[in-house]
Amino acid sequence: MRRLIFIFSAYLYASFSYATDISGEVGYQSRYFMSDSEFKPGLDSHHSSINIELDWYHAWDEHSINFKPFIRADAVDHNRSHGDIRELYYQRLYENWEVLFGISKVFWGVTESQHLVDIINQTDLVENIDTEDKLGQPMLKFSYILDNGSLDLFILPYFRERTFYGADGRPRLFGLDISNNATYESSDKEKHLDYAIRWFNYLGELEFGLSLFDGTDRSPLFINTITSKGPVLIPLYPQLSQFGLDAQYTSEDWLWKLEYVYRQSTRIAGGQPVDDDYYAYTAGIEYTFVGIFNSDMDLGWVFEHLYDSREDQATSLFQNDLMSGLRLAVNDEASSEALLGIIYDLDYGDILFSIEAATRLMSNWTANLEVRLFNSSDNRSPVQIVNNEDLIQLDFNYHF
Amino acid sequence: MNKSSTLLLTTILLATTFLQPAAQADNAARGLEIAIEADRRDTGFTDQVAEMTMTLKNSQGQTSTREVRVKTLEVNGDGDKSMSIFDTPADIKGTASLTYSHALQPDEQWLYLPALKRVKRINSKNKSGPFMGSEFAYEDISSQEVEKYSYKYLRDEVLNGIDCYVIERYPEYTHSGYTRQLVWVNKQEYRPEQIVFFDRKNVKLKTLTYAGYNQYLNQFWRADKMTMINHQTGKETTLEWRNYKFKSGLSDDDFNRNSLKRAR
Repeated sequence: MRRLIFIFSAYLYASFSYATDISGEVGYQSRYFMSDSEFKPGLDSHHSSINIELDWYHAWDEHSINFKPFIRADAVDHNRSHGDIRELYYQRLYENWEVLFGISKVFWGVTESQHLVDIINQTDLVENIDTEDKLGQPMLKFSYILDNGSLDLFILPYFRERTFYGADGRPRLFGLDISNNATYESSDKEKHLDYAIRWFNYLGELEFGLSLFDGTDRSPLFINTITSKGPVLIPLYPQLSQFGLDAQYTSEDWLWKLEYVYRQSTRIAGGQPVDDDYYAYTAGIEYTFVGIFNSDMDLGWVFEHLYDSREDQATSLFQNDLMSGLRLAVNDEASSEALLGIIYDLDYGDILFSIEAATRLMSNWTANLEVRLFNSSDNRSPVQIVNNEDLIQLDFNYHF
Repeated sequence: MNKSSTLLLTTILLATTFLQPAAQADNAARGLEIAIEADRRDTGFTDQVAEMTMTLKNSQGQTSTREVRVKTLEVNGDGDKSMSIFDTPADIKGTASLTYSHALQPDEQWLYLPALKRVKRINSKNKSGPFMGSEFAYEDISSQEVEKYSYKYLRDEVLNGIDCYVIERYPEYTHSGYTRQLVWVNKQEYRPEQIVFFDRKNVKLKTLTYAGYNQYLNQFWRADKMTMINHQTGKETTLEWRNYKFKSGLSDDDFNRNSLKRAR
């Protein structure tokens, strides 16, 4: 027994020499859709769901392991009831380089309205149509640390399909239901080996990244198909080569931002896949007014132009759009903030309007409000489909 | 003390001899002398790691806390580099900020947002904004450099039984939130005991008091407790420091964008 106690206390002692940490959040979400769906009338207007995320982190010497599972259970949408391993990796740090093996997430980019350059992780679109939520990506990553930046090499052995709303789900972004049986341009399908490389560098006030990606496009095309259950859209994932540039210049008052991509991919024209070479960019500025109205509040103003060289043939909604946003940081104890954004389509006159607001309630709770409104009167515009999908979303999360 | 400070002192001493009424010049030179001596005594810590509990109290007496780990790298001839990692509140756990502070130029600042895994370079011209919703402004907690202020010695005074010099200092940074500060400097150890801040309208705004000083490596004095009281709002913020460590071998490599992403 004494020996056992000794071993136990030795273990306890040893465990203090490295760090283990568990945290996470549990939440409730309520979504309210203001109008009946145009393409599928009778869908529930109120959707509620619960979500759980755990974050287990263990580090010793130059090693670390991170495990971050996520689950959402949605009362209405079967597709939205889903789980994902956001992170499950082993990382080893060396003096000038690091290796990461497993499932992880990587972010590239600088702009606010959309993230063109960011390509490593698939979007968890059923979580939120703002495309900020990502699925965990299996990878082998080598990072070489340079004096003024880093060089990252990625080998991506397995592809994750984008998540979409189910038969009862909303917002219905395309009108039709989306098939769960995706197809691929490559015969290797989801096992196609993708590669990416990124050189990130900073020179004083300028920081930029140059990246190359070769593999399965994260953003699918859709094939209109008639099935026994009626018409559906089948996602088709083409092969993509992408060159990306993201850059930010920070001057005293202004942030100058640019994301540019050149892509060689495939699109569907007349029901047939054809080569698609194009470029797209997001370019913008950000200015912050500090201490507005003699208070502690800061107000940031963001202005961006979004362009896709395919113009009316673009698969993106943002072929020629302006985004203007206001970000209010209250700088109070509750870290309250609000973001108001408008995207205006210069070709079709569509307006996408959003409000996001967040605050802390007591020490462990947060409340988030999101409002998204869509307005399109041009029937050439893909936004017209979502006219009736206006929504209000409220989240309460407990953090531990 | 660095060379530019010495030169500045000499210049002021020479210039003031000829141009200024003697008493006023003496007081400016004496104020600067005290600041330089305080800076000299705090030079050479190389790097510092500490943990901090920040307690915010509003005018109704309700409190909330934040746990922060702070790493600092001493930079000779410029402001220090520092990294703050937030452990609580739980919703911002893992958020980290990296700051290269500068005496007269805007700081350079980056934020790491763990949920997005995104490093963001942010605009940091404004050093007078509140740090984490507290009564401390960024400029109150960033590294103290002689060049940040011009000085005037006012008087000797006993504060809570401690012999102090009282000096007035005037921010040189254009976008500072203050017109002036009164600093009570411990005569024996040249460490601050109390600072009173005056806002842009020259109205008394805040008082910062230091308590529980300990000396580390036989040289560096660090307070265990710093209390900031806002006289205009009745709010109060307390910083309680612990586990100070010095000279842990940190280098520039621990204070860049890569290390910010790794911070945890």
